[in-house]
Amino acid sequence: MRLATEMLESLRIAGDALRANKLRAGLTTLGIVIGIVTVTLMGTAIQGLKRGFTQSVRMLGTDVLYVQQYNWFIDSREEWIRQSRRPAIDVIQFRAVERLLTSAVAVAPEAETSRPVKYRDRSAASVRVVGTTEQFLLTAGLAVAQGRFFSAAEARGGRPVCVLGSATAENLFHGEPPLGNRVYLGGRSFEVVGVLDQQGDFLGAFSLDNQAIIPLDQFRATFWHDPQLTIQVKAGGVERLEEVREEARGVLRRVRRVEPGDPDDFAINQQDLFIQTFNRVIGTIATAGLFITGLSLFVGGIGIMNIMFVSVAERTREIGIRKAIGAKRRSILLQFLIEAASICSLGGLIGLGIAWPLTLVLQRFMPATMSLGIVSIALGVSLVTGVVAGFLPAWRAARLDPVEALRNE
Amino acid sequence: MSLIQLEKIARRYQMGSETIHALREVSLTIARGEYVAIMGPSGSGKSTLMNVIGCLDTPSGGTYALNGMQVGDMDDNQLAEVRNREIGFVFQTFNLLPRANALHNVELPLIYGGVPAEERRRTAREALTQVGLGDRMGHKPTEMSGGQRQRVAIARALVNRPSILLADEPTGNLDTKTGAEIMDLFEQLSGGGHTIIVVTHEEDVARHARRILRIRDGLIASDDRVRP
Ligand SMILES: Nc1ncnc2c1ncn2[C@@H]1O[C@H](COP(=O)(O)OP(=O)(O)O)[C@@H](O)[C@H]1O
Ligand SMILES: [Mg+2]
Repeated sequence: MRLATEMLESLRIAGDALRANKLRAGLTTLGIVIGIVTVTLMGTAIQGLKRGFTQSVRMLGTDVLYVQQYNWFIDSREEWIRQSRRPAIDVIQFRAVERLLTSAVAVAPEAETSRPVKYRDRSAASVRVVGTTEQFLLTAGLAVAQGRFFSAAEARGGRPVCVLGSATAENLFHGEPPLGNRVYLGGRSFEVVGVLDQQGDFLGAFSLDNQAIIPLDQFRATFWHDPQLTIQVKAGGVERLEEVREEARGVLRRVRRVEPGDPDDFAINQQDLFIQTFNRVIGTIATAGLFITGLSLFVGGIGIMNIMFVSVAERTREIGIRKAIGAKRRSILLQFLIEAASICSLGGLIGLGIAWPLTLVLQRFMPATMSLGIVSIALGVSLVTGVVAGFLPAWRAARLDPVEALRNE
Repeated sequence: MSLIQLEKIARRYQMGSETIHALREVSLTIARGEYVAIMGPSGSGKSTLMNVIGCLDTPSGGTYALNGMQVGDMDDNQLAEVRNREIGFVFQTFNLLPRANALHNVELPLIYGGVPAEERRRTAREALTQVGLGDRMGHKPTEMSGGQRQRVAIARALVNRPSILLADEPTGNLDTKTGAEIMDLFEQLSGGGHTIIVVTHEEDVARHARRILRIRDGLIASDDRVRP
């Protein structure tokens, strides 16, 4: 009860002091304002990046392995050169893996190129063309919006059929029903049997909706006879990843005739790797950001400390009066701590007020929102800065000798 | 049991190599309900004595018992509590908080005494009414005359119903007429049973008291009872 009363009195005093020195308080908070703006924007940007990334990466499938010539993340130029000397993964190897890898729920090849696709007089430039089998529907986790994916028989027979991404379908057909129509790809005609659901883009780099999927044999006949492949392996559950990974590794070593004791000459990539690398990078960014923020808050804190010393000196007599009528050290300490905390919180609020429109700008680039968590962290940080910076001046005020203080003019 | 019992109280200040004896050896007993005037030339130690009695200052030697409690044994918190509950100070320069209005100034001791808001406001209003300022509660010190300010200070000193009212030259900054009014107020309060100690160097003012202490060079020079 008594503490609450004193806190209220302290808030009132802080309010009076702020009102009496508006300009001074405003200037003092500048450091805090800048600090809070940085904290908020950093936090929001990192959250936004993370969210955008997670959305993208989820498309990779948590339980899918990507067997490829290159690792997704290569640390050095030497390593890159070494990997570039590896023999590519070809169709023969894929057929062997498809046959031998029994623990996977789906295995699909993926040959890729970028080509224009034509329908009558309309043309869609640089469409991502994928040559694969019917299993791709499973490994890539695709959803079909209209029609169907091509069948195993069509894939095996290399039939001239294709499944279009939603954007490609829209660009070519402008809302006309695409199913059953023929589109032209590399001079050959393909019947559209299905259109995929909208998927969004991958890491903001390219749209997954701008693609055409055709049977692997058609791809070979139309573009390259010997394309480099990615083999997508769906384990059928995260808990089975390790087991499937081990089997895939064994099968590939056998198929690619890697001598026992030699290192693998292929990579088995997975989504996890992406997340790990991303988290490492974002961690570095966050640490750097935190450091910058910490620095500006530190400078802001010094400013607050300075102004609080001035405030204590100016109000020495007031402190004497309060002590003479029964204020304890604790009460005086509390009074100045609350004043410092109020100034800083004000700075925090102003900082949030500035950061808010900037967040809206950020939203153009990433799915960023100023979350309640970030707001409370920002306010908490400014409050703590105030308390820490105000402590020394408040402590000095609390320990003033009342007679000395009263003598002060 | 006497309210105030000072036993060989000394207060020394060290100024470089020189020791200043503000109080040398003061022994003094004051009973509840007394009205005492302390007189003496400037620099004789009157304020120092008041500050010691008011538990604001710590003596360099001697013992002080207030209400039977040994003040020397108290820590900082206990001293603050004693000042809050037992002592009411009135200063020559009023010492009001300039940014707070009369009511808030008077409420302050109650705030530090932990009195709930509603009771606090009521008690403070009563105290202001008692000193004749019932219609000035919302005024700030700068909007009041010297006499009114001193009345606010007296209301603040009284609001906690302290055992002792200490006034250090309360009329020193007031004109004669206003000073007389303030002294009349003290007279009334004394009649109402308050224990009052007033520092002054005006004989007129001292005449109101029932007992006059004269101080010289940090020693009690005389201690006279006055017949009303
Ligand atoms: N803080 C201090 N430091 C040094 N000397 C002091 C201090 N306070 C008071 N004194 C000295 O103590 C003596 C008594 O002072 P004071 O009690 O204020 O006298 P009075 O109130 O009777 O005029 C004076 O000589 C004064 O200079
Ligand atoms: Mg004096």
